[in-house]
Amino acid sequence: MSAPRGDQAVKIMRSSLGQARGMGSAKSGLGHWRAQRLTAMALLPLSLYFVLSVFLLEGADQAAMLRYMAEPWNGVLFIALILALFYHLQLGLQVVIEDYIHSEGKRLASLFAMRAGVALFGLLGLLSVLKLTF
Amino acid sequence: MQDVREALMQGRNSTGKLVQRPLSPHLQVYKPQISSTLSIFHRISGVALAGGAVLLSLWLTAAATSPHAFALAQSLVDSIVGMLVLIGFTLALFYHFCNGIRHLLWDVGYGFDLPTMHRTGAIVLAASAGLTIVVWIIGLVVL
Repeated sequence: MSAPRGDQAVKIMRSSLGQARGMGSAKSGLGHWRAQRLTAMALLPLSLYFVLSVFLLEGADQAAMLRYMAEPWNGVLFIALILALFYHLQLGLQVVIEDYIHSEGKRLASLFAMRAGVALFGLLGLLSVLKLTF
Repeated sequence: MQDVREALMQGRNSTGKLVQRPLSPHLQVYKPQISSTLSIFHRISGVALAGGAVLLSLWLTAAATSPHAFALAQSLVDSIVGMLVLIGFTLALFYHFCNGIRHLLWDVGYGFDLPTMHRTGAIVLAASAGLTIVVWIIGLVVL
């Protein structure tokens, strides 16, 4: 059993704020962690489905692509793939940026630029699948 | 100083000059191991696949634009350079896929001991190479 925080064997003569500083952010780490794992689990079957689709669409022209995406299951699975994929890669790139860019200003600017790019290309893929589906 | 923890990392070198101690792992003196190497591969393959996702979006956009645009996209995919890029993405995808399963197993507490960790690492390398070869044999020879 670990002792509660107030009864530490070695008393640290520092204020609560002084102890908390530099110990981590206590913001939304668990939400990020959980979302990364959930999207990872979703992407396991979806990425295998994507590889299968690439086989089925090998050498396809646009008409074949339209026929493929018009099948409801293919449309739905491609939309699910785009959503899970872009959510997952946004979470991953966020950690990479946070790890390597130490200046607060540059880090925030990079995160903003990355999220703007991810949102644009994710929406582009999503709209394209929807257009092919209908 | 950008981080309060840096205050704990001051030291003096052999000439007595005040210097900043390096953060561990200090890559210039850290011996590459299967654990750290596969870990950074996971990150590199993930960043590469983010680029692949952008290309996937553009490929779908070409299909949604016009028959001509999609024919152009498919001709790029079928070119030698396009195929080499796709082989790279296939390997990155299967590596990230297999090592991702390894990460999920760690998350539920399986495989933390060193012998298991080394064995699953070797399995991940063999499986991602094997899957890439099988997929390309099917794509080029069978279909």
